[in-house]
Amino acid sequence: MSRFLIPAAIFLALAGVLYVGVVHSPNKSTMQSALLGKTVPDFTLPVLGNPGMNLTRSQLAGRPWVLNVWGTWCVACREEHPVLLDIARQNVLPLVGLDWKDEDDAALEWLKQLGNPYSVVVADRDGRTAINFGVYGAPETFFIDAEGRVQYRHVGPMTAEVWDREFLSRLPRGGIQ
Amino acid sequence: MIPELGHFALILALVLAGAQAFFGIFGAARGDARWMAVVRPAVAGQFVLVSTAIGALVYAFVTFDFSVLYVASNSNSALPTFYRVAALWGAHEGSLLLWAWILVAWTLAVAMLSRNLPASFASRVMGVLGFVSFGFLLFTVATSNPFERLMPAAADGRDLNPVLQDPALAIHPPMLYMGYVGFSVAFAFACAAMLEGKLDQVWAKWTRPWTTMAWSFLSVGIALGSWWAYYELGWGGYWFWDPVENASFMPWLVGTALIHSLAATEKRGVFKSWTLLLAILAFSLSLLGTFLVRSGVLTSVHSFAADPTRGLFILAFLIIVVGGALALYAWRAPQLKSPAGFEGTAREAFLLYNNIFLVVTAAMVLVGTLAPLIADAMKMPPISVGSPFYDMLFPIFMLPLFVLVSIGIHASWKRGQLANGRNRILAGLAAALVLGLALMFFGYGPGKALTPIGMVLGIWIILSSLFDPIDRLRRKLTLPRAIIGMTVAHIGLGVGVLAVSTVESYTVERDAAIAPGETLALGRYAFRFESIKEIEGPNYDGVRAEVTVMRDGEPITVLHPERRNYWVQRSTLTEAGLASRGSQGLFLALSKELGEGRWSVRAQIRPLIDWVWLAAGLMALGGALATTDRRYRARAAANVPASESIVAQGSAAEAQ
Repeated sequence: MSRFLIPAAIFLALAGVLYVGVVHSPNKSTMQSALLGKTVPDFTLPVLGNPGMNLTRSQLAGRPWVLNVWGTWCVACREEHPVLLDIARQNVLPLVGLDWKDEDDAALEWLKQLGNPYSVVVADRDGRTAINFGVYGAPETFFIDAEGRVQYRHVGPMTAEVWDREFLSRLPRGGIQ
Repeated sequence: MIPELGHFALILALVLAGAQAFFGIFGAARGDARWMAVVRPAVAGQFVLVSTAIGALVYAFVTFDFSVLYVASNSNSALPTFYRVAALWGAHEGSLLLWAWILVAWTLAVAMLSRNLPASFASRVMGVLGFVSFGFLLFTVATSNPFERLMPAAADGRDLNPVLQDPALAIHPPMLYMGYVGFSVAFAFACAAMLEGKLDQVWAKWTRPWTTMAWSFLSVGIALGSWWAYYELGWGGYWFWDPVENASFMPWLVGTALIHSLAATEKRGVFKSWTLLLAILAFSLSLLGTFLVRSGVLTSVHSFAADPTRGLFILAFLIIVVGGALALYAWRAPQLKSPAGFEGTAREAFLLYNNIFLVVTAAMVLVGTLAPLIADAMKMPPISVGSPFYDMLFPIFMLPLFVLVSIGIHASWKRGQLANGRNRILAGLAAALVLGLALMFFGYGPGKALTPIGMVLGIWIILSSLFDPIDRLRRKLTLPRAIIGMTVAHIGLGVGVLAVSTVESYTVERDAAIAPGETLALGRYAFRFESIKEIEGPNYDGVRAEVTVMRDGEPITVLHPERRNYWVQRSTLTEAGLASRGSQGLFLALSKELGEGRWSVRAQIRPLIDWVWLAAGLMALGGALATTDRRYRARAAANVPASESIVAQGSAAEAQ
């Protein structure tokens, strides 16, 4: 009897994993509330393609900005890239790229090939900053207000529609000075 | 009015599916012929009703009924008619409806072709299918009603996701679902056998054609998805180990194992409980695939929608169906006895090794796919495994399997008289070594470490599968379709191994910025950028380039890569320019305008890329041939005469 129970036991364990997956599902509000309204975690990261230069949280304070987590290994990032380029052309919010667990050369090549929508790109080589942000999987995009608090988080490829609905709508009235 | 009719038909279908499940399972349990008599009419009625629902939704799409939310979200007045129909399965709600319809269509086929089966067994099979159908229809009606109205109606629709506006992708989901859902028949046969408490060789014979057919559809579906990714996603690969691709590949691997294990069960009565387990697993992985895609727990290129309540619903359904079947298995399987023993080099043994490798590979893919979720559940930092994981592990499991295929084809049932086959094995291997290494060094030049291994193995599989049919022809024996099908499918495998080895080793690519008049050189080939002009389609505008491809300086073909801007969703898509010359896949994609007429482009030469899809086509064709073998078409009596199994065992080399 016992050995015929093994498949059922494995399946139960799997179902448990899937349950956690659904409950923690990217769209679930509990997942977002962990950071929503809170100040973004502090970081000091090297600027991609600019050896010796670092970017820190405090340098971005004072105006709203957008953090986009991506990597050259991430298939969905390639899908959202044209959308980011469109967004960059609107020039309303600075787009900070977080190159996640990636190789600098590959990332620079990517930006050269596909175009660079970012005001600045920082390299999170060991993925530590992304973990502090609670990044679930690339791509993810965060809206951070002038006080440095996370106001919105989008999981998955950015679309023009999400950008208009969730990001532009969070800009303070009258735009940014 | 029409959409309400569709919605109402769906609710009635739900009721009928419930009746089908209840009377099918309990009618058989009570041995009540009047109860069981309800089942077939319920199946027919359900088919008519779900077809009505599909028709109503197609009608709403074709007539631009933007008061239906689903139509408004996935169509547009400028969308061509073909895509307005295909938009039916362009998003979550319609995909489910298609899933349900295909399930009912398979059930109808079972209802019509199962009249020769014992009444109680057929009743149980359809009862189990009715239960699955009930779950899916309930899911559709309760959480994902495709007929929901939008008040006030939209002036125009938001358009079908442009990446789906493509012929291959339009027919990819129906094919994939035919495969996914087709495994539900094998699953239902397994559950019916367990409910019945009886599993014999005849059971395997009934189950085989259904399983093989579903597997063929799945092969085509996967190949179409891969082909689409190759030319539409714009960066020229054919397999990305993306979660959604994996979700379709896992049932395929287990389904392949199931086909072979069923053969052993039918011919020799062995592996009974293992076959049952595989039948449960193949469909469970199909359901899991649906769950992964539809719940959005994994982000991927393919996941377009995510909704946690839906995820929970599918998960609950998964637990009831799969958990129920596995509990039934734990209860019944210990009672099954496999009579005959076999030697370690008998065909049974080779099929067992084949099964182990396939199932372990499927488990590897499962672990890789779920790695982010597993890490999350164990509160570990997020990890996601990419192609390096698969690229490393996949050959480790697959290459030994290919060796086993080439040897195992020559093995006979029960007694491992490989001595008889030794000459064939050695002859095949010698010929494969010569041809494979010749192809490598004279055809393509030195590649990677695995290149010669893959090429030789691919050719060895092809040669090995030819021995038996040629031998039969020479001895003027009959060549049943089952054997032709098996041979074609095995040749397909060999072609696939050869093609993938070649593509993976000899693909060359180059990204560059070029302007009209300039030429991009790539090995013996050169791409001359002739001109670029603006184009306008029904719902997009964009540019189309003309690129002449030259080989050794001689023009051989012209490519027309495009870049399209779809108006409604404001997204830009790449249509790669493709051609195939001398078995070389030529690929050029426009990626971005850099100003001053310069474009950044990606050019690739992929040798034998077309053969990858040819391989899938051959496997599917082989499956279809085997399914239509006379043995299955023959109106065999319900109670198979005693001679049947003896005959089956007598022809040792008959269809694997």
